Formats: sequence, C-alpha cells, structure tokens
Amino acid sequence: MTIIIPGTGATDMEIGLGHFLAVSAMLLVLGIFGIFLNRKNVIIILMGVELILLAVNLNLVAFSQALGDLSGQVFALFILTVAAAEAAIGLAIVVIHFRNRGSIEIDDVKLMKG
Amino acid sequence: MNWTIAIPEIVLACCGMAILILGVFQKDDGFKLCSMLVIAALGVAGVLVVAGAQGPGYHGMVVADSFSTFCRITILVASGLGVLLSMDYNQHPDAGHQKLGRFEYPVLILFATVGMMIMVSASNLMTLYMGVELQSLSIYVLAAFARDTTRSSEAGLKYFVLGALASGLLLYGISLVYGFAGATGFSELARGLADPASVSTGLIVGLVFVVAGLSFKSAAVPFHMWTPDVYEGAPTPVTAFMATAPKVAALALFVRVLIGPFGHLIGEWRQLIVLISIGSMLLSAFAAIGQMNIKRLLAYSSIGHVGYLMIGLAAGTAVGVRGVLIYLVTYVFMSAGIFACVIAMRRKGRSLESINDLAGLGKSDPAMALALVVFLFSLAGIPPFSGFWAKYFIFIAAVDQGMWILAVLGMAASGISAYYYIRVIRLMYFDTAAGVAFDVRPMSLSVVAGAGAIFTTFFFLFPAPLVSAAEAAAKVLFL
Repeated sequence: MTIIIPGTGATDMEIGLGHFLAVSAMLLVLGIFGIFLNRKNVIIILMGVELILLAVNLNLVAFSQALGDLSGQVFALFILTVAAAEAAIGLAIVVIHFRNRGSIEIDDVKLMKG
Repeated sequence: MNWTIAIPEIVLACCGMAILILGVFQKDDGFKLCSMLVIAALGVAGVLVVAGAQGPGYHGMVVADSFSTFCRITILVASGLGVLLSMDYNQHPDAGHQKLGRFEYPVLILFATVGMMIMVSASNLMTLYMGVELQSLSIYVLAAFARDTTRSSEAGLKYFVLGALASGLLLYGISLVYGFAGATGFSELARGLADPASVSTGLIVGLVFVVAGLSFKSAAVPFHMWTPDVYEGAPTPVTAFMATAPKVAALALFVRVLIGPFGHLIGEWRQLIVLISIGSMLLSAFAAIGQMNIKRLLAYSSIGHVGYLMIGLAAGTAVGVRGVLIYLVTYVFMSAGIFACVIAMRRKGRSLESINDLAGLGKSDPAMALALVVFLFSLAGIPPFSGFWAKYFIFIAAVDQGMWILAVLGMAASGISAYYYIRVIRLMYFDTAAGVAFDVRPMSLSVVAGAGAIFTTFFFLFPAPLVSAAEAAAKVLFL
C-alpha cells in the first residue's frame, strides 16, 4: 500500500506488513498495561481486554493480506463474535460485583489473599 | 468434508439448548430435572464418542482419533461427576443465601463440556480457540454463580479478567504463528515446520505466547495467581468441577498442540515446559504449607499436579504422553472424591472450609475420614494408591529421556508436599479436640467419594485397561 502525500502527489512512504505489526504490538502492550497498571476501575480492564483482541485482529488481517490467504480474515470475524460474548459476560460479572460491593474500584477486589 | 466426526459435540450442544428451553418452562426452578437430563445427555455423548467414526473432519478443522476419544471420555465422566456433586449442595445453600439450584447451572456445565470436547479434538488453531472460549465463558459464569455473595462475584471477576487476558495472549501467539508459518491447520503447520530453516524468530515468539496462554488456562506457574482466589471464592461444586474436567482439557490441548504442530520445535519449547514444571512443583510444595482453608490448599495442590503433568509433556515422547493421560484420569477421580468430602463438610447447614473443622473426624465419621485418607495419600503420591502409579509413569518417561534432574526435583517436591497432606490426616485422627459430627451426607456425595476411593485404592490391581488405552491414545500423536 502506498500513501500519496497530499498536495505534492509524490509517493513517499511504503506501508508494509511491518508497520501493521508494530501498531498491533503497541496496542497489545497498551492493553496489557491497561490491565496491570490501572488502579482505578474494572471497566478500564475490560477496555484493555478489547484492545488486546483488536491488536490480534489487526495482526490477523495484515498477515492474511500479506500471505494472500483468507483464513486469517475468517479468524478475525470469529474473534469479533467471541469478543462480543466476552464483553457481555464481563459486564454482567461487573454488575453483580457492583451490587454486592457497591463499587467497582480495583482496590476493593481484595477479599481473598494469601 | 466429513461432518459425522463432530456428531457427539453437535448432539450435546443441541441437547443443551433443548434442556435450556425445557428449564424455562418448568414451574419450579427445574434444577433437579435439568441436572438429570444433562447427565443423560453426557451419557449419550459418551456412547456416540465411543461408537463414532474416526478421522479428520470439516476440512481438517477437527479430528477424532484415539487420543481425542480417550480425553473426551475422561472429560464426560468428569463433567458427569461435577453435575452429581452439585445436585444436593445447590438445593441446600448456606442459610441466608440465594439458592444455587437454578436450571442454568447444569446447562452451563454441559456447554463447558462441549467446549472442552472441541478443545481436545481440535486440529486447527481456529477450532482450538473456539473450544477454549466456549469452555472459559461458561466457567466464568459458573464461578460467579452465587451472585449474592461477594466472594463468588469476586472470584468470577478475577477469573474473568485473567482468563480474558490469557485468551488474548493465546490469540496473539496464534496470530504470529499464522503469520510466520502461513497456516492454522495442525497438519499443515507440522509439515511446514519440519524444515528448521523455515522457523523464524517471529514464530518462536508466537509459540511462547501460545504456551503462556495455555499455562494460564491450566494454572501453571508463573500464570497461576488466579487459582487460589478463584478456587476459594467459587461455590464448592464449581471448584470441584474446575479442578477436574477443565484440567483434563487444558492439559490434553497442551499436549496436542506442542506434540502435534510444534513437534519439530521440541528443542525450543522443552526449556519453557521444564521451567514451568519446576516452578509449579516447588511453588505448590511450599505455598500450600501455611494454608488453613481446604479449598485454597487444594488449589495449591492442583498447581503442583500440573507441574508433575508437565514433566510428562517435557519428555515429549509417547511414554511421556501416556503418563500424562494416566495421571489425568487418576487425578479426576482423586479430585472428585476429595471435593465430595469437602462439600460434605457442613454443620447445621453451614459449609465449612477450614481444615481445623476436620479435627476429630476419625472418631465422629470414620467412613469419610477413611476416604479422605485415601485421597490425601494418593495426592501425596504414596503407594499403593493410584497417585503413586500416575507419578511413576510420568517419572519413568523423564528418566528415559535422561531428564534426571527434573525427575529428582519432582520426587523432592512430592516429598515436601506430603507434609501438608499428612498434616490434615494428623488433624483428623490425632487431634484431641472433640469432633462434632458433620450433617448427614446426601447419597450423591457418598457415591462419588466411594467410587473415587475404590478407583484410587484398587487401581494398582487392574491397571492394564487404562494403561493400554492411554498407550494407544499417546501413539496416535507420534505417527
């Protein structure tokens, strides 16, 4: 894929597989950090999980394009579906936790230790 | 395209949906009827698995071979025991709490079972992921099933967050493997990776991610941190289920993925598995010593058992895989039996979880104390119980491969862990505290504990059928 720099018409930058992989690796790291470094609330964790799944989807689609093989895109569709189910279940669990504790702060999730 | 290969899974999933609809139209909660029907459906699926055709199906998406047949039967038995263990407990919850006996409970176990069956018969990374997710999503809900207790909802939340992270890591690994090897089918991957020149760094990174994701699912060090909390917080029958069937599925999947598509990379993944194995065994041996909650204790014990199972995987031979399969079957019976005893620990309708509550059990309930002794000795690996033979089959595989250090560390860890198992036995027989008898046990728990104890005690007299079946199943992976 080439990008045409607006106004000049010159093709300057080639966007290849490496760029997609770099973006997806960044998304993955952001997602993981969102899960482990955040001390505020559980919804952010759910967002982190979604980011990880998006990173995977981007990876799969980019590889699928590069390999000229469709199974990566099919896989991405499956992941989208499962991610929806996962988010539904995750939110349901967050709701029952909120009913019991009256808060979804991460620091309140510490009944059991050891 | 041979769709008959997946008939057991299809039938089981359809039964699940039918039971779900039936449950909605029941006047009462419908728990008992649905539990019975789920056990019947699991039985039907078992018959179909045994009688079903063998071979690849759905363009190589799933495969039915003797390995998957062996694992699917084990999983079906374990799930059946799981439903049986829940039947009484769920109808008599602790005072002041909502009833767990809702018809969704057995149906969720059934769907988790379908997921596990897909996991062990997957022969494509896509089917593998779908199976893992079906199993995990059902168990997230089960862990949070006692929705009016904080401990259960917290267990569900923790399990969900870490499980979703694990799925993400597994998927990221799968995407890298797909990109750098160019295929998702197990047989294509195995063919493509046969040539060492085709193995790139990206593929190895993907493999590491896949191993990390699967270690999360099987609760191995360093991805074990959810286990004690989830085991403690989840309702006890759910813990009993989680300790049996999903363990079998996760370990069988681990074996199939590493031996099958990545079989040629054994030099790369063996180091990882050895580290995971040593870490799991040692952590469980030391961390369980101070535990006073029996569910937590059993959680650490299960981490240790995953460590021993990994020794068989690290050996990477048919003998090792045979050891893993034998270990899994004996572990299912030991766990189901010991959890039957834990569920039976109730006084005046209140569930008890502290091991101090077992004091004086030798006098107040000799039968249950005897069953617990059998299970604890077997978990500790003391002959002649089945746990000893399971470890024996694993250790000889490691020694065959010249992995002496691993075998010796395994023996040392099981020696240390014998301490905390035997501490419980001492408490039951030699503690002077006057033991108040537990409530009368329901029949179902006595049946499960009795069956588990009989299998565990007398396995050494008739090991041949299990060993030969495991051997046949293991050989398929090395054709």
